[in-house]
Amino acid sequence: MDLSFTPEEEAFRAEVRAFLSENLSPELVRKGRNSESLTKEEMEGWHARLNARGWLAVTWPTEYGGPGWGAVERHIFDEECALANAPRIVPFGLNMLGPVLIKFGTNKQRAEILPRILDGSDWWCQGYSEPGAGSDLASLKTRAVRDGGDYVINGQKTWTTLGQHANKIFCLVRTSTEGKPQEGISFVLVDMDAPGVELRPIKLLEGGHEVNEVFFTDVRVPVENLVGEENKGWTIAKYLLTHERTNIAGVGFSTRDLEKLKDLSQMLVRAGRPLAQDPLFAAEMAEVEIDLEALRVTNLRMLSAAKEGAASGTQSSMLKIKGTVIRQRVLSLTRTALGAAAAPFPVEDLPENAVTVPEDARRAAASYFNNRKLSIFGGSNEIQRNIIAKDLFGG
Amino acid sequence: MDFNLTEDRQMLSNTVRRYLADQYDFDTRYGVLDAAPFHSPAKWAELSELGLIGAFVPEQQGGFGGTGFDITTIFEELGRGLCPEPMLAALMSARAAADCGAAALVEELVTGGKRIALAVFEPDADSLALIRTSADKSGDHWVLNGRKSVVYGLPGADGVLVAARLDEGLGLFLVENPETVDYAMIDGGGAGELILDSATAICLSENAGDIIESALNAGRLALCAEAVGVMEVLVNMTVDYLKQRTQFGRPIASFQALQHRTVDMAIEMEQCRSITILAASKLGSDAEAKYIAMAKNLIGRAGTMIAEECIQLHGGIGMTWEYPGSHYAKRLMMIDHQLGDHYAQLHRVMAS
Repeated sequence: MDLSFTPEEEAFRAEVRAFLSENLSPELVRKGRNSESLTKEEMEGWHARLNARGWLAVTWPTEYGGPGWGAVERHIFDEECALANAPRIVPFGLNMLGPVLIKFGTNKQRAEILPRILDGSDWWCQGYSEPGAGSDLASLKTRAVRDGGDYVINGQKTWTTLGQHANKIFCLVRTSTEGKPQEGISFVLVDMDAPGVELRPIKLLEGGHEVNEVFFTDVRVPVENLVGEENKGWTIAKYLLTHERTNIAGVGFSTRDLEKLKDLSQMLVRAGRPLAQDPLFAAEMAEVEIDLEALRVTNLRMLSAAKEGAASGTQSSMLKIKGTVIRQRVLSLTRTALGAAAAPFPVEDLPENAVTVPEDARRAAASYFNNRKLSIFGGSNEIQRNIIAKDLFGG
Repeated sequence: MDFNLTEDRQMLSNTVRRYLADQYDFDTRYGVLDAAPFHSPAKWAELSELGLIGAFVPEQQGGFGGTGFDITTIFEELGRGLCPEPMLAALMSARAAADCGAAALVEELVTGGKRIALAVFEPDADSLALIRTSADKSGDHWVLNGRKSVVYGLPGADGVLVAARLDEGLGLFLVENPETVDYAMIDGGGAGELILDSATAICLSENAGDIIESALNAGRLALCAEAVGVMEVLVNMTVDYLKQRTQFGRPIASFQALQHRTVDMAIEMEQCRSITILAASKLGSDAEAKYIAMAKNLIGRAGTMIAEECIQLHGGIGMTWEYPGSHYAKRLMMIDHQLGDHYAQLHRVMAS
């Protein structure tokens, strides 16, 4: 039993830290600290810096431009990025479509598409969920019908994250209604500017715009845009959902957010003393810290198992549940810490002299409400429990 | 023992419920969220004509109600209708003015001629003992200096009652035409910062500590009742949604794991209703502070659970601006931030 990282891994961590301190602009760090959303240009700029260093496509093999990292390096990289308030890598092209093409695509698809993901020529988004197909994804209804050399697509996708920036979308579509629902699904690539594709924004409860609906009306897509075999898209969907979930526990984010909360609790005054000295509040901060320390080791144990090729869906489901619940609790405490001053809204439009709380805490309520999504998206925590239950009880 | 509302209160409840259902739909709410004064003065006037402000004040002080159950009856309906009108400010300021014996002002408030707010807390002062805003006599009037933070209902108010420190104890002062920095709140309605830079004021009382604490307790009770109204809507919405949403070929309400979680929400809601009734029965008694603190602590804890579970059980839809449930959930969460959260209330209960 040895919980320490190897000297090589520690050296790697130092290398990542040095890169981040040289390349992260103060403006990006400020926005990250304040939980502000980034512009498209800011996200693309950060991708370009990582790409120049060869650290953008962290899950890809070296032959396609990946850094050749194992699970531990990826973990260290994610953790350091979170602690430094670096922007998140937008995952749809890099961590989702890329690995799918590498495993299921044709040589032509790989040669054409992967370089354009790396250099930022294409921004991909994901067309999975539909209004009637969320947790029960296999019941999706968007139809793709062969017509000569094309598929003709009709239907609707939803919860399409950052679709407003995308010029491409990868979709699960129904190509057959025969047999089990899972057996008639195909994975196809669509241009967002093709005639018949329409994107409509969805406003979230805290006022933000991250997700969209995408409508398809007689959209024609060449048959060569199919990835893998027709009607075998479910295999790809499962591969994508269970094997490419990097950083699912979000330990780095929770660590960063908990540190912020501790700092904040020293600054805010409650009942005439720093909030950190309120025994009730301090006890809750301590509890969540205990949970997070345990999760840190659970995460490392599972990384270690992954290194030995023994990672399971159950383990990543456990990490997803516990990781999201812990992060949400930290954000809930941060919101509570502000007391009455959490309410002023929207933070970007507040007049001068309107708020008295530190700049990096002003979005605490909005950020708390926005991050209720963590336990809903990417397979809700209820679906994750189903996966674990199946493993524990069989069936 | 009788847990039914009296006939008069049942009528009041029905009147407010019908008015909000017919006259204050979600489009009305969306229409006033973004721009000062963050409520509808026209709707305010109509609610005041229905007699709501009068119902907050006892008869001997110029109103026609004023008991704990008058307050909870009205605020439960305001919660059910998710009404962003500045009724909390009206309740607290009318009761404080009445307790100061300011009969002429109370009459203006009750008849809707004037709308005012109550400013107590400061950036670093979340209890009366910590208030630093000062009041000094200058000739025949008073001058106030300091800053009040997150004053509910301040935008567009005709005046504000201000708690300020005197050589001994706290005074309560009326400032007309106050200097304010207004903003919207994340759960609807408006508030503001009150900047007191040698502000001219009229003194209502030079010994107002107990009066202010009593007004705040009435406000806390009102928030509890509002929360109960909100909870009832959220529980009903969740039940309806689970019955209607189909996945895996059947309504998701058929999954026992989801049923049990909804049942827990319903149990907590009943507990919250009970403790709010208990607190309402204690308003005006020596035990008022303790029971209202108990109620607001439970409301804070259960409110978090119900709001979070409602969003979670709705899935993505519960995260959207378009779905009314998300606005009810935000309101329920943010009630815990008003007039002392569940930690502050727990401290008060432990100290009592």
